[in-house]
Amino acid sequence: MKHMRITTAHQSITFSRRMMLLGGAQAAVGGLLIGRMGWLAIAQNEKYQLLSESNRVQLIPVPPRRGWIIDRNGKPIAINKASFRVDLIPQQLVNAPQVISKLQELMNLPPDEVDRITRELSQSRGFQPVSVADNVPYEQYAAITVRLPELPGVAASQGFTRFYPAGSAVGQLVGYVGAASAAEYEKENKNPLLLIPGVKIGKEGLEKTLEPVLRGEPGGQRVEVTARGKLVKELDPKPDRSGGTVQLTIDSDLHEYAARRIGDQSAAVVVMDVTNGDILAMPSMPSFNPNNFSDGISQNEWKMLSQDSHLPLVDKALESLYPSGSTIKPSMALALLNAGVDRAQKVNCTGAFQLGNHTFHCDKRHGPLDMDGAVVHSCDVYFYTMCLRVGAEKLSPMVRSMGFGEKFDLPFETQRYGTIPDPDWMMRKYHRKWQGYDTVNMSIGQGMVLINPLQLAVMASRLATGKRVIPRLIKSKPVAPQTQLAVDQDHLDFIRKAMWGVVDHGTAAAAKLPLNGIQMAGKTGTAQTHNLSAGERGDYTAANWKLRDHSLFMAFLPFDNPRYAVATIVEHGGFGAAVAAPLVRDTATFLYDRPKAIAALQAFEQSIGGTLAEREAKKEAAWRQANGLPPLPAAKA
Amino acid sequence: MITSAIIPRPLAKLPWRLIFLVTGIAMFGFVVLYSAAGGSMEPWALKQAMVFFIFLAIAVAMSWMRESTIKAIAFPLYGVTLIMLLGVEALGFVSKGAQRWLDIGPIKLQPSEFMKPAIVLTLARFYELVPVGEIRKWRAIWPALLLLGVPAVLILVQPDLGTCIVVLLCGVTVMFLAGLPWWFFAAPAASFAVVAPIAYGFMHGYQKKRIDTFLNPDSDPLGAGYHIAQSKIAIGSGGIWGKGFLHGSQSHLDYLPEGHTDFVFATMAEEWGLVGGVILILAFAAVIRWGMQVSTNARTRFAQLAAAGLSATVFFYVAINLMMVMGLAPVVGVPLPLVSYGGSAVMTVMLCLGLLMALERQQRTVSRVI
Repeated sequence: MKHMRITTAHQSITFSRRMMLLGGAQAAVGGLLIGRMGWLAIAQNEKYQLLSESNRVQLIPVPPRRGWIIDRNGKPIAINKASFRVDLIPQQLVNAPQVISKLQELMNLPPDEVDRITRELSQSRGFQPVSVADNVPYEQYAAITVRLPELPGVAASQGFTRFYPAGSAVGQLVGYVGAASAAEYEKENKNPLLLIPGVKIGKEGLEKTLEPVLRGEPGGQRVEVTARGKLVKELDPKPDRSGGTVQLTIDSDLHEYAARRIGDQSAAVVVMDVTNGDILAMPSMPSFNPNNFSDGISQNEWKMLSQDSHLPLVDKALESLYPSGSTIKPSMALALLNAGVDRAQKVNCTGAFQLGNHTFHCDKRHGPLDMDGAVVHSCDVYFYTMCLRVGAEKLSPMVRSMGFGEKFDLPFETQRYGTIPDPDWMMRKYHRKWQGYDTVNMSIGQGMVLINPLQLAVMASRLATGKRVIPRLIKSKPVAPQTQLAVDQDHLDFIRKAMWGVVDHGTAAAAKLPLNGIQMAGKTGTAQTHNLSAGERGDYTAANWKLRDHSLFMAFLPFDNPRYAVATIVEHGGFGAAVAAPLVRDTATFLYDRPKAIAALQAFEQSIGGTLAEREAKKEAAWRQANGLPPLPAAKA
Repeated sequence: MITSAIIPRPLAKLPWRLIFLVTGIAMFGFVVLYSAAGGSMEPWALKQAMVFFIFLAIAVAMSWMRESTIKAIAFPLYGVTLIMLLGVEALGFVSKGAQRWLDIGPIKLQPSEFMKPAIVLTLARFYELVPVGEIRKWRAIWPALLLLGVPAVLILVQPDLGTCIVVLLCGVTVMFLAGLPWWFFAAPAASFAVVAPIAYGFMHGYQKKRIDTFLNPDSDPLGAGYHIAQSKIAIGSGGIWGKGFLHGSQSHLDYLPEGHTDFVFATMAEEWGLVGGVILILAFAAVIRWGMQVSTNARTRFAQLAAAGLSATVFFYVAINLMMVMGLAPVVGVPLPLVSYGGSAVMTVMLCLGLLMALERQQRTVSRVI
């Protein structure tokens, strides 16, 4: 059949045609493959070479040495102390449970630590060490070192811990360091440095705000690692760069002296150099011991600190606010003079002052007093009368220009600035009109007036110089230029003389310096926190500590050529002259005659039951006993 | 074929060009496996060499088979392989897991491997039997579809998508060359576009994931896309000349997974570069071209179809593997013949080549006889 014959020929043609097609398709695929490979290996070679390198080479970060914090004379405030640490290297571990139980036995590890180690081990990549313990005592370190051959995977090494030689005296100033929390790790875009065992970052205070300077640049051991995290070989390391040293304006000896001189009171002292605003000392006591925080603070210690009525976790110099009490009076007097009040005009103090249907009291019946007498003897009635006459509008600006209520740029996260009220402010804040009794309250630093101890020191500095002294804490920062304050030199001289009178023959006569040729000028203050009866004021032991008045004192010295300003606020210290003034006196003495000041301190500490460290240990022991906890093992290493 | 007075006639009549090519590829493979093991004959290179030379000997021995013998065993071979596939399936059902091989004493038999040459021979035999005029009729199509479909499904459910695809492509190639109407190939290609998303729905989780990551490898660079990503890094970082023998960091540091089996080409390319890759591709091209030439020169329809189908088997192996390694195809688990470590791929390819050599010898003998 015709059809049959054609298809036989057709079939063979079809076959060869389709064979050609198939061959062509195969050649095309071959071409495509070679083209693709060329694209990958030539055009994209650089990209893939980079990816291959980043696969191959891993960086084990080597933590940088944290920068020091030193005082104005180069004396260390925060340094690094060599310490011993024990880590586990997961990939070298043969029998993890056995090694861990051996370590538990050698190092007395508590059960929850064992749990943590086991958990971290199961999550770790092979070459990243897991921390067993920080700051290991030398005996344990030595015990582990000799047994290292039978403990494969255990690494005992020397590291560094933060160390603060002055202990709790600098607690509030420097803050503390600790291991980064999960939130901090996230915040730094998962910086791998923060995961290394033993790496501590600033958590509070200067350690936190100066973190960028103190941390430094981590170096790294570059290693070749397999996909499973096994270390193949070490490549040339990248060196680390230590953190920068920060020099403070603080004089650490003075700071520590003032801290110790505070004794068992809850207080802050600020000492400033009036010529440039340098903060020479700013202790806030009681405080925490930042050394305990660097090794990780125990639950109990934290509990003890947070339950303390004297608030050791609060920096009272910057974070606590108090009524200024009579320390406001020199500034008020300046404002009165500025408003044209005759300094010789006398006001008769009868011990009480009637305004409307309310009676305001003075602490005693002073009789007729002029302005000088009113400052020297801290007469309230004089200021009630004169301030009411002048009006609050003319008072507040002067007080503010002296530093109360002013914000200062200092490297601390939390600072509170307080208030100096005025009629506008009252309307804004409380939606009411300013009343006469507001002026009366403000005239003696009560009512709405709130300040912190640093502002009190600034006020003393400004009264001493007549210039706008601005506090400075970091030595490398430029000294802020001191502009002249808008006060009459004659007024200023008068007020200084009155403040000299306060110490010479006034309310703070107990604070006279035991030094020849150096005289101090100052002003006491007693800030009421509760309305106590006169009887209770007379006998403080009767009143609850919490209800007592705050005791304030500010001063500058030497009177004739001011160099330093000292201020203190003692929480619930009682009468300003009784507690605050002697504290300032001794601190000021230390500036000129250290041996004399130290002798005074030793006598003082003897009277209150030992040195700071001794009293802290006693306090902790008492707290532990009261809370049913076993006593701590004697002396930490 | 070498003509020399010194070499004995039976030896001289062997297709030496092919044997040299294949041995060359395999030797290069040993070198790569030696490097993949971190510079050691153990555990892969030595074993692979032994397997290769045993199967080379078998292939050479097979070259003395007559075409009539091959024809005669085509259907029985297919039948036995199909039964073994069913056996694997039954075993897998019993052991409640994926099962691809039968343990017969010391050797593990993977019946799906035998199916590649078996389907080619069976379809070639079938189309030889179909009368010339019937080729465009339905009855020339449905038996072939059945012959191909049943084992393909059995292999797919193992599950072994790679082998299933190779088997299907080999069968379709033979049917294409047999002269089936165009619509038969055009229609499925069109319907594939429709069916593919539905088939995707029936796939196993890991198969789905492989297709997902093929379509977008960067979607999951540490998970399923890891294979492709690392393979591309290995090939791309090799550059033109490669990083040098034993200097491939991707494979030596285990970043490249399956660097001695499916992804052996990436291991090779990292150390030998584009040059090594092109040489290897050209060597395979020469082997396939030799096989296609056997088909072109064949005198019987069976020989034509069988030779082309067997060469196509080798081609699909190589092409799918390389496309997969270079990120042009999803990771389906097809090894690179003669280079990837593993006996079954070597066995399949050497069986194909043995049959091709037999058909080639036949051409010469038959031509002499005629």
